[in-house]
Amino acid sequence: MADLTTNFIGIKSPNPFWLASAPPTDKEYNVRRAFEAGWGGVVWKTLGSEGPPVVNVNGPRYGAVWGADRRLLGLNNIELITDRPLEVNLREIKSVKRDYKDRALIISLMVPCDEESWKDILKRIEDTEADGVELNFGCPHGMAERGMGSAVGQVPEYIEMVTRWVKQHSRMPCIVKLTPNISDIRKPAEAAKRGGADAVSLINTINSITSVNLDSFAPEPMIDGKGTHGGYCGPAVKPIALNMVAEIARSMETRGLPISGIGGVTTWRDAAEFMALGAGNVQVCTAAMTYGFKIVQEMISGLSQYMDEKGMVSTAELVGRAVPNVTDWQFLNLNAVSKAKIDQDACISCGRCYAACEDTSHQAISMSEDRVFEVMDDECVACNLCVNVCPVEGCITMEELPKGAVDARTGKKVGDYANWTTHPNNPSVAAAE
Amino acid sequence: MSNTPLTPGIVSGRLVAEAYAHNFDDLEPVLDGHEAHVAADRCYFCHDAPCMTACPTSIDIPLFIRQIATGTPEAAAKTIWDQNILGGMCARVCPTEQLCEEVCVREVAEGKPVEIGRLQRFATDRVMAAGVHPFTRAAPTGKRVAVVGAGPAGLAAAHRLALHGHDVVMMDRREKPGGLNEYGIASYKAPHDFAQAEVEWLLKIGGITVQTGVELGRDVTLDGLRAEYDAVFLGIGLGGVNALRAAGEDIAGVRDAVDFIAELRQQPDKAKLAIGRDVVVIGGGMTAVDAAVQSRLLGAQNVTIVYRRGQEKMSASVHEQDHAQQVGVRIICNAAPVEVIGKGGKVSAVEFAYTQDGPEGLKLLDDTFTLAADQVFKAIGQTLVAPEGMAGPKLDVQPLARVWAGGDCAQGGEDLTVTAVAEGRDAAEAIHINLMGAVR
Ligand SMILES: Cc1cc2nc3c(=O)[nH]c(=O)nc-3n(C[C@H](O)[C@H](O)[C@H](O)COP(=O)(O)OP(=O)(O)OC[C@H]3O[C@@H](n4cnc5c(N)ncnc54)[C@H](O)[C@@H]3O)c2cc1C
Ligand SMILES: Cc1cc2nc3c(=O)[nH]c(=O)nc-3n(C[C@H](O)[C@H](O)[C@H](O)COP(=O)(O)O)c2cc1C
Ligand code: SF4
Repeated sequence: MADLTTNFIGIKSPNPFWLASAPPTDKEYNVRRAFEAGWGGVVWKTLGSEGPPVVNVNGPRYGAVWGADRRLLGLNNIELITDRPLEVNLREIKSVKRDYKDRALIISLMVPCDEESWKDILKRIEDTEADGVELNFGCPHGMAERGMGSAVGQVPEYIEMVTRWVKQHSRMPCIVKLTPNISDIRKPAEAAKRGGADAVSLINTINSITSVNLDSFAPEPMIDGKGTHGGYCGPAVKPIALNMVAEIARSMETRGLPISGIGGVTTWRDAAEFMALGAGNVQVCTAAMTYGFKIVQEMISGLSQYMDEKGMVSTAELVGRAVPNVTDWQFLNLNAVSKAKIDQDACISCGRCYAACEDTSHQAISMSEDRVFEVMDDECVACNLCVNVCPVEGCITMEELPKGAVDARTGKKVGDYANWTTHPNNPSVAAAE
Repeated sequence: MSNTPLTPGIVSGRLVAEAYAHNFDDLEPVLDGHEAHVAADRCYFCHDAPCMTACPTSIDIPLFIRQIATGTPEAAAKTIWDQNILGGMCARVCPTEQLCEEVCVREVAEGKPVEIGRLQRFATDRVMAAGVHPFTRAAPTGKRVAVVGAGPAGLAAAHRLALHGHDVVMMDRREKPGGLNEYGIASYKAPHDFAQAEVEWLLKIGGITVQTGVELGRDVTLDGLRAEYDAVFLGIGLGGVNALRAAGEDIAGVRDAVDFIAELRQQPDKAKLAIGRDVVVIGGGMTAVDAAVQSRLLGAQNVTIVYRRGQEKMSASVHEQDHAQQVGVRIICNAAPVEVIGKGGKVSAVEFAYTQDGPEGLKLLDDTFTLAADQVFKAIGQTLVAPEGMAGPKLDVQPLARVWAGGDCAQGGEDLTVTAVAEGRDAAEAIHINLMGAVR
């Protein structure tokens, strides 16, 4: 079996699966059980300053989006940072870490935006023997109104400043957790790097309203007739998170900055995808909240099987493998021509490809009276919609034309690599001439 | 083909060749990748899942189904085999409708369980077909263990012992290993010589020597084995059969159902098997159902199961009973045989009396009826043939110092393949601890 041991910014864990800072990591009871179930590390639920703890609402704090069969696809929450006394959390962290030396234990922090507060909390956590800190600049609700969380995370200058304080007042490795509620994720990542962060982790939750109650006309979850935006997470946010991870991994300014990938990781495959896009490890919240701690066993077995099949002996070989292949649209090869192909033996004649192509694409699929569906190469632009709507996996495939073959649609031969930057229709090419 | 289902007497070749091929092929073929994906997606990944509790070998069902759903049937197979090394056979023969699938929350809620058995087969078949045996032996311990009986209990014990590094000699009086997997299970549940393929696959662990044609009590003695080996495991099943205790039991044409099934399982060309036109099977368990169904599949015209108590008491599951009725077997309940009637030295009919099941036990009523029969199968239960110095009805789990027993021959659990596997495995763990001290 492949070795899943990971070394993330000097923090070792037996596998790259960490629990994200959230309810699953809010107390010793949970964290011990998580470690017993096999999780490689946890980021403890965010701690605040000394003093009376935050209060949470006393009504529903979660909203959800479901797929068929009530599969949980997206979860949103209006929970705040830990509502348990700092003292208790610190004692528990110390006790857990003592018994699980081989696991990663990171403390997530969120305190007011002044140097004293940070200095103070760092001192308080010093003797827990935790492996590092994660700065929560991401929480989109409740804390932002108090000038914390995403209120800091949305201002790169603040991120840089706070990160610098943390590095000054502590020797612990420091991960900066980023909020996705920003237009360009590279900016806060660059700021974290400038401030001396050892890594970034992303994404925290996304501002969202999951549904509206059409009888009481208020957003869900609703408390005494009112609702507010919450943070969205779970499988639905994965594509957004993957893109943000990739942006940081391939940007010149942040290239090489270690990334802990978060957002919708539900199976080993999701984790592998994050890692291929540059994440050194992953953090999981919603999947554990949906299915319990045991899912990590599937993640472990699945990732090691995959790595074995690929002949990879360590996770380092997977991390970043896909980064060189993430590019900008303008560099895509406009001379790569594909055509959809329907495997008639696999086809179940549902006609979904036909409806999709005929009504909303390029009218490139024909339908015979006896329900045989065929692609017309002279109309097909290879958009992939038929592949995506077909209910039978592998039934419709995209076949790339070899170089020199004639594209039946354009009558032109398939040529060498050429992209938009040199395309005759590109006005900036014309201007340059 | 000169014979038809209507030909009187016990004759072979009642059907055309294609009919035999069809009748004795897989009753329920393996799921393909897409079907497995759809089936796996239905699992809720229940916490402390009831299916897992219901499985006598405690396979982590939600985990293996999730592993299938996430595209790693190989990992799923490993999860299954970690608990049940005969997971391939159990996927085929377990009465899942009485075990895991009966308690699946989706069975309870919708009457349509997650297809656990078929998913299990999907995963294990795939990995076995690839020739992969994902277990490696621990370093040799130098300890030697004798396993008597190469049925499911013996095989499970042998594998687990070998895994722990012990050297195992597994002996069986039959010609082939496998026990009832090879000689008993209905053909259409495990066709294409699956039982032998599975044994071969299991032996890939190494460290197991198989000796066939060796009988305890004839070729070896328990005392001898105890002297020669560090421990002994008995998985000898139930070697005897109950007597009918009805007049005429010895007339030609009356036969033990288990014998008939063993012959049927060993005959590759089913057209060569002779079967009656009017077959009567006496009993109410899995053996009765299998004998009856396979009689029909061989071309018998009329096949009747007669069971002495009410239908709800039949130990064959409702699913099995339904299947029997679907292939045209008639089931008569509350009737017991009083006499087997012969004509010209061969059985011609059986007379039955209706029964009444009351607090004082079963009572034969005066009301009788007669069924025409040219062949009668007795399927009224098997019994332990206890090794010398021991007595039945079942052996203790540890009948003597350094001797363990498991499977049908031992106490505890139902007489099922999966139970035998669980008991064989657990005995192996007990032996391991006994031989090595408390270390694991
Ligand atoms: C007709 C029939 C159909 C069945 N169908 C099903 C089914 O569909 N599903 C299910 O779960 N269960 C079924 N069962 C029950 C299942 O087959 C048994 O519970 C299971 O095989 C028990 O395993 P075992 O290892 O204890 O015994 P066995 O499988 O009986 O194996 C015992 C082995 O020990 C050998 N042996 C016995 N005595 C000696 C000796 N003195 N010396 C050396 N070797 C010896 C035998 O040759 C045999 O190979 C069926 C049983 C029968 C009879
Ligand atoms: C109920 C809830 C509470 C959370 N609390 C915190 C928190 O205290 N600190 C933090 O950094 N992130 C918090 N998060 C965000 C998660 O750590 C994680 O970044 C996010 O849920 C995305 O991952 P997922 O899709 O695996 O759930 C919380 C998420 C949820 C659902
Ligand atoms: S009971 Fe059914 S739904 Fe629940 S874990 Fe088992 S198979 Fe899945």
